[in-house]
Amino acid sequence: MEVLSAFWDGAFGSAFAIWSATLVRATPLLLLGLAVALAFRAGVLNIGAEGQLLLGAIGASTVALTMNALPAVLMIPAMMLAGMLGGAVWAGIAAVLKRHFAVLEVISTIMLNFIALALLGWMVRGPLQEPTGAYPMSSTFVDAAHWPFLIPGQRLHVGFLLGLMAAAILWFVLARTAVGFRVRAIGMGARAAASAGGIDADALSARVFVMSGALAGLAGAAEVGGVTWALYEGLSPGYGYTAIAVALLARLDPRWVVVTAVLFGALEAGGAAMQREAGVPALAVQIVTASLLLGVLALARWQQVRASRVSTESTT
Amino acid sequence: MIELVIVPFIEAAVRTATPLAFAALGELVAERSGVINLGLEGTIIAGCLGAAIAAVAGGAGVGYLGAALAGMVMAAVFGFFVVTLKSDQIITGTALTLLGLGVTGTLHRMLPALTETGAGAALPTTGPVAIPGLSQLPLVGPVLFEQPLATYALYLFVPALVWWMTRTHAGLALRATGESAEAAQAAGIATSRVRWSAILFSGAMGGLCGGTLVLAQVGAFSEGMSAGRGFIAIAIVVLGRWSPMGTAGAALVFGGAFALQYLFQSLGLDLPYQLFLALPYVLTLVLLAALRGRAHAPAQLGTQLET
Repeated sequence: MEVLSAFWDGAFGSAFAIWSATLVRATPLLLLGLAVALAFRAGVLNIGAEGQLLLGAIGASTVALTMNALPAVLMIPAMMLAGMLGGAVWAGIAAVLKRHFAVLEVISTIMLNFIALALLGWMVRGPLQEPTGAYPMSSTFVDAAHWPFLIPGQRLHVGFLLGLMAAAILWFVLARTAVGFRVRAIGMGARAAASAGGIDADALSARVFVMSGALAGLAGAAEVGGVTWALYEGLSPGYGYTAIAVALLARLDPRWVVVTAVLFGALEAGGAAMQREAGVPALAVQIVTASLLLGVLALARWQQVRASRVSTESTT
Repeated sequence: MIELVIVPFIEAAVRTATPLAFAALGELVAERSGVINLGLEGTIIAGCLGAAIAAVAGGAGVGYLGAALAGMVMAAVFGFFVVTLKSDQIITGTALTLLGLGVTGTLHRMLPALTETGAGAALPTTGPVAIPGLSQLPLVGPVLFEQPLATYALYLFVPALVWWMTRTHAGLALRATGESAEAAQAAGIATSRVRWSAILFSGAMGGLCGGTLVLAQVGAFSEGMSAGRGFIAIAIVVLGRWSPMGTAGAALVFGGAFALQYLFQSLGLDLPYQLFLALPYVLTLVLLAALRGRAHAPAQLGTQLET
């Protein structure tokens, strides 16, 4: 009981819990969940959102630390672009490996996650380390690189708004445009889309892969610009992996990704409070995530069986 | 030079290759039945924890048993979803990896006593055992025959697996299920049962990978200590072109990549250590790219059985 009440208080128990904990943690999950949903929709199994987020964080931090004379109006967009570029390049490596070297993206993106971690570890001990050289982290960013908060006195930052906009755009593009139709077509069957629809499936899926990486990179930029204001190793508690559950639970629908991202944001926030106050490790959240994912799989199967039973009954 | 640098390097390569080979050979069997188990990472970390808990309770031998059992429990969950419910293999595997990492980390933090022998002593481990006679051979002796028992088990297991896969009826049934499940079913092979067995076997091997990691190398459990070995093992199977000998050889290459950091340390090179951390993963990408088009996966890999 004590555990549950600590969880509830940490996630929804107060205005502060909602605006400064739950939604702050939902922000990276929203952007990453959209990145995963977009890729999966096109049949690209990008499970490297974690590494793409880290590269985005490195990119945005490099801008914030080296161009520190920029005013905020230029600095913040530059950080966003650098973050997207970092994530896009990282996904681009996997996209090239997939398209030209037939390397399974499931394996390459995981490998790139580990390489990104090592790269980040080197960055904060080498080129981007704070000047005293005592800690494995960067200096704190200049004020112009702090992304604006949405509500005075709360920690929710402009990254959440970006996530909502991205969800709206992505939904519109996927559901209402010709490009979106082609993306969904290759997701349902690349060969059929190529032969019957005349779609260059390889090129399109590579482009979607890179776009997905850019979204994940933006999440990294939002974390360093809106939350930490510095680059350090423990930046992401595995947001990129949770995002897979976020996207799948939303059935890869950008509108539902908003809902599931907030749900998992609450899980993360409540989990952190649970650890602070009741001594239950926040890792327990991963168990919940995995169980939800397996539950969705079982449910999808059950619905499929029921649907096929209904269709056979109606034909006989 | 050779005595001081090369021999310790190759010795370390064989030692670090051992857990990778366990996991990869198990995954090989699963993949030959048409199942790709991305939950291997979760299986390995479950094996690590199972080994630690069982070793505290009953010594190193029981530890290996605990590792295999823990791996099989994970595999049973995977098999239930993938074979019985016919869920997507990739997504189920990803969920299982999350589950393994979450459950083991949580258990370890909440009940640290489970994996500690008291007074901070190390776990009972199985150190290297020199084989009398063979270990006296020049160069080869210390490299191949002063290893933990788990490594010797592999020397016997790899040829046995080759024989089993190519010369027995069960081995044929396994390959038939992976290449053409329909034809296998027509020939009277119970393909679901074949896949279940292959998955459980790969779970035991994945668990043993964790077991050797804890009991023959590190001597303790730590969170996330599997460190991507499950995914590397899957890449090893690809690089080994789905054959037992090839897989064992590829595992050795990766053992070498992990062991390279010891070599460079002993040479006194001043390079950032993150470079060595990243090396096995970079190597995976490079080798997979270099192998383009020449690897032939089992035709049914990743597909669901029709009946």
